[in-house]
Amino acid sequence: MIYNVSPGAIIIFMTFVAAVLGLSFYFARKTKSASGYYAAGGNIHWGVNGIAFAGDYLSAASFLGICGMIAFSGYDGFLYSIGYLAGWVVALFLVAEPLKRLGKYTFTDALDARFNSKSIKLTASFSTLIVSVFYLIPQMVGAGDLVVPLLGLPHYVGVLIVGSIVIFIVATAGMTSTTYVQFIKGALLIIFSTILTGYILTNGLNLNPGGDYHKFITVGAVFEDNKLTGVDDPEYKLENVYAIDANHTFVSLQKEGITRFFKLSSDSTTLNEMLSVSTASDGTKLYNGEPKSAGKFYQVGHLTKIEVDGVEVDKTGPLGPFEFLSTLENAELIRFSRAEIKEAQATVWYQTPTSGKEMINPGLLLKVSSKAGATFWTKLNFVSLMLALFLGTSALPHILIRYYTVASQRAARKSTIVAIAAIGFFYILTLYMGLGASFNGVIDLESSNMSGPLLAKYFGVGLFSIISAIAFATVLGTVAGLIVASSGAIAHDFMDNYLGMKMDDRRKVKAGKYAAFGVGIFAIALGILFKGMNVSFLVGLAFAVAASANLPSILFLLFWEKTTAKGISWSIMTGIASSVFIILLSPSMFERYGLDKAAAPIPLDNPGIISIPLAALVLVIVSLLSQKDNHSKVENYHND
Amino acid sequence: MHGPAAKLDADKAAAKKSKLGVILFLCYTLVYIGFVFIGLMDPELLELHVIGKQNLAIVYGFGLIILAIVMGFIYNAVCSRYEDNMNNK
Repeated sequence: MIYNVSPGAIIIFMTFVAAVLGLSFYFARKTKSASGYYAAGGNIHWGVNGIAFAGDYLSAASFLGICGMIAFSGYDGFLYSIGYLAGWVVALFLVAEPLKRLGKYTFTDALDARFNSKSIKLTASFSTLIVSVFYLIPQMVGAGDLVVPLLGLPHYVGVLIVGSIVIFIVATAGMTSTTYVQFIKGALLIIFSTILTGYILTNGLNLNPGGDYHKFITVGAVFEDNKLTGVDDPEYKLENVYAIDANHTFVSLQKEGITRFFKLSSDSTTLNEMLSVSTASDGTKLYNGEPKSAGKFYQVGHLTKIEVDGVEVDKTGPLGPFEFLSTLENAELIRFSRAEIKEAQATVWYQTPTSGKEMINPGLLLKVSSKAGATFWTKLNFVSLMLALFLGTSALPHILIRYYTVASQRAARKSTIVAIAAIGFFYILTLYMGLGASFNGVIDLESSNMSGPLLAKYFGVGLFSIISAIAFATVLGTVAGLIVASSGAIAHDFMDNYLGMKMDDRRKVKAGKYAAFGVGIFAIALGILFKGMNVSFLVGLAFAVAASANLPSILFLLFWEKTTAKGISWSIMTGIASSVFIILLSPSMFERYGLDKAAAPIPLDNPGIISIPLAALVLVIVSLLSQKDNHSKVENYHND
Repeated sequence: MHGPAAKLDADKAAAKKSKLGVILFLCYTLVYIGFVFIGLMDPELLELHVIGKQNLAIVYGFGLIILAIVMGFIYNAVCSRYEDNMNNK
């Protein structure tokens, strides 16, 4: 996709980044102790911390990923919103206060508070690193996606910019800085998403997305002896026919030396234009048959029918929030589905007429209905995703460390409630932003992640600039939080506690900064590698790894007296190994490797349904087998 | 061995708060499982209009989000009362 870069957007973006860096400098002067670096001195106000929680949590996955997924696949994307928010219930009711009482700086401290076990220090710090890295990947991918339309730079440059700025932020200021950055950013994200939703509702539904929306070409198909031999428009010449399967026959047509791809309609009467990215014989990438600079790879998504009170109309005018949903349910729109034509070395996106009813019900992405071809595995995938989202939040190290930045358990609880209210409100908005993006001609088919910001651009460059800058700051803040968690795992948990390097405060902070640098470089590399994947899907995987590795340990530690250090360590390692193993052999990853999805040995995209119970089972068995170890348990904590 | 970053006073209400948390968690989990169960066993049910012109998918989805917020406020109010009553004695 080629975007016109706006100087205004660049100025707003630069101002944001400068403000974030300025804030970091300010707090850097105040951060001298380890407690200040890792836990902001434990003195952040609960209201600020609550919105900072929201800022941490509403990462690239929420704004970029969920909106994109809803724009592409309707209600199934909203399932992520529901699951992500439901996860906070586990955090609030079961984890927030006890964990606050157990911990000092990190998640490992909390798990190890009763045992003083070397194996817990090692496995929990390893788990923090693995989960943080899984969570870092989508943030970096999102950062890269953002700078393409915002600054007109390639994806990898965006990843490099975010990586460098964040390493700088974390290496200078630590948790105090990231808390205030997240607070400001979280608040702004919610305010401007509300404004964007206001625009969507005021605009209502409209058959015409805008003046320069591409009019898709349709030509008549000509058959001779049941064979497609040409088209009824003399300007076009039939080049090739690609019969993929019974429902997918694609053709390439040439006009004025330019090759474009079309799809044969289901009644075999017409050929409908598709969008394509193909590779020419000289290796050049062509977008709809022309070089990228020609700007012929259009933004898409439009309505074909709007019905109000049984009467078809061209547009509705302003709608209320519920009226918007019920009107969309009776409308019809065009989505675009992706396919590969291997012989032509082309990726194509063909028009898929979709009813509004399908958009606001589950099933377009996650096949759960037998009518839509659901199988045992697709249903299991649905349950697995919902389980991982529900249990993942309370197991994310960068969220857990935020409980240590407030002064009391009451403050931890209040922070969590502020976070739930703010995040819940935002997640309701995601449905409107995603659906709004689906039919206003703003979708970039190469990157679902940009649907939200591009929808903002539809309503004005100013709104787009501000929202993109906030989204960019979102990524900055989340990556900073993750890197603080990772550097804490390496410097505090592993070097200081596990290896017993006995560092003083100054050296501990220095070690944390070096660790932050290392993790940051690694994250940059992964962000470039995973370009093009939906960030919410990737975060779903991070949730599954976190829920598998950490949650059984946290819950059993808090609620089962017989839990032992060995049980926790084995559970963590089982959770990590099983979830990562299943992910690496999943259909989505096979597609990433360039292999056939159907050849994946485990037909499950989300591992939670297997790896979470497995980790819990291992914890119970190993704990029961190692009860004799419990006599050495250090009872420095009692809940009652 | 480490203690908490900020010094915490003994919390006599911890056990009652913990019990309340578990009860509310189980209630919410049941409602959540209900949603997943319908999606799994009878997804067509989610298409039914239940309130006004809104289908069950929308009402249940929004409901889960709003329920979490409401239960959070209830939990905080009750826990704060426990703390005020038990820790100030």
